[in-house]
Amino acid sequence: MKALAPERRVDFAAIRRDFPIFEQKAHGKPLIYLDSTATTQKPRVVLETLDRYYRTINSNIHRGVYAIAEEATGQYEAVRGKIARLVNARSAHEIVFTRGTTESINLVANAWGRKNIGAGDVILLTEMEHHSNLVPWQLIAEERGATIRTIPIDGQGRLDLSGLDRLLEGRVRIVSLTHMSNVLGTINPVAEITRRAHRAGALVCVDAAQSVPHLGVDVRELDCDFLAFSGHKMLGPTGIGALYAKRAHLEAMPPFLGGGEMIRQVTLTGSSWNDVPWKFEAGTMNIADTIAFGAALDYLEAIGYAAIAEHTHALAARTMAALAGIPGVVVYGPPAEEHGGIVSFALEDIHAHDVATVLDHEGIAVRAGHHCAMPLHEKLGVAATTRASFYVYNLPSDVDALEEGVRKAKQIFRR
Amino acid sequence: MSLDDFYRQTILDHYQNPRNWGTLEEPDITAQDSNPLCGDEIRIDLKVKEGRVEAVRFSGKGCSISRAAASMLTEAIEGKTIEEVKQITRDDVLDMLGIELGPVRLKCALLALKTLKVGIYGVQQSWPGEEEE
Repeated sequence: MKALAPERRVDFAAIRRDFPIFEQKAHGKPLIYLDSTATTQKPRVVLETLDRYYRTINSNIHRGVYAIAEEATGQYEAVRGKIARLVNARSAHEIVFTRGTTESINLVANAWGRKNIGAGDVILLTEMEHHSNLVPWQLIAEERGATIRTIPIDGQGRLDLSGLDRLLEGRVRIVSLTHMSNVLGTINPVAEITRRAHRAGALVCVDAAQSVPHLGVDVRELDCDFLAFSGHKMLGPTGIGALYAKRAHLEAMPPFLGGGEMIRQVTLTGSSWNDVPWKFEAGTMNIADTIAFGAALDYLEAIGYAAIAEHTHALAARTMAALAGIPGVVVYGPPAEEHGGIVSFALEDIHAHDVATVLDHEGIAVRAGHHCAMPLHEKLGVAATTRASFYVYNLPSDVDALEEGVRKAKQIFRR
Repeated sequence: MSLDDFYRQTILDHYQNPRNWGTLEEPDITAQDSNPLCGDEIRIDLKVKEGRVEAVRFSGKGCSISRAAASMLTEAIEGKTIEEVKQITRDDVLDMLGIELGPVRLKCALLALKTLKVGIYGVQQSWPGEEEE
């Protein structure tokens, strides 16, 4: 986490005006968007970049030698450099473009896993994982005859690391865990876990879908081997994300998808591979969305990740305080001071879908369900929760509206 | 549609006081299903005598729409022949609820009907009314 103090006060009300979607109404009321953990809204500059790309330089990268293809290639590769700086990678060669976090983790599970996980090996996950960090490992474990262990959570939604060294015993090849829970808002001590995993001879893969947008991440500080995140959860378009991997791993890994651009030489019976990271980028990539993601990264950098972390944390803390004042509301996860910008809660006797429908009629968009974390909800003993999550365009007044909406839901279901 | 229309008194009544709630001992037909979207679960048990639904019970967890739809559906099929139950469509369920639903909440409303049909036919059917989409 880049814990630099914000140097100036950020005008978040002005930031909200950069997002055209807030100019419309939902059920006749101003749209209050509290589902940024699912996907964020897009500022005007991202939409304009997309539009400008298709109007002026649309072409295929790394192939054409004409002017617009050179320009598109340059802009596409420049985003790789921006991402490398964002996560403090040693080089842009350590950044592979993917469709998002899910594809990044699948890339690791398949390309690295198929070569390095064998019968009797162990994959260590946690009880708070999103399905995207469970299912790819279950598939490879099944294929390779490996087993899965999980780090449990405690009563406050933190990882219980008291048994970690025991869990790391034996043939644990990789630990894959979320940096920031998409349900509980818990921020996990990844650097400490990495240290202990490496000591036990295991690699570490981090699901950073929430932490890169919300906290800012330093891969050298975490010392993780792989780190996966998505562009659309940080103001970029859907369909673009990245995998950071230590270069030595990328060099040693076989390709994930085969096709054009990822090769060096192809004969009818065999092929050799392009340099990293292009070895992992088969076919025509998502050029326009990548370049527009670059515009999102510039926009976020101008705000500053320290200011973003402080802002979303403050909104989450305000939400937790507001909900604590409503009888019958249970808030999940650790205390506010340890919480990222995500708050999941449940109301006694009112299903999450019903809470979300009442809020929807107030113009408030929240997520209701198991948030792609069914095992975690089973552990929490609740079928579904309602989740409010925050980003740069949210304001304290959004939290006040949420509180009022939750009180209204209670009234409707009391009669 | 206003919120009051959405949460009509009858829906809230069926949600808070579900009819035919529970399970049957030694049911002739039993079926369980869940909605992967939200984790809702339902089980429907039927006692069938001479081709008619003699008794029906449902249980599980779900939102107001899914539970109210199940409650109304069980009321509707009590005493009906299995052939009549097979004729119940998604529109019948939506008429019972009397509200408009988007594609996401539609799955809440139709979970009970889907489960019932799976129990009766004994195999997984397509979503009720899917052929119309």
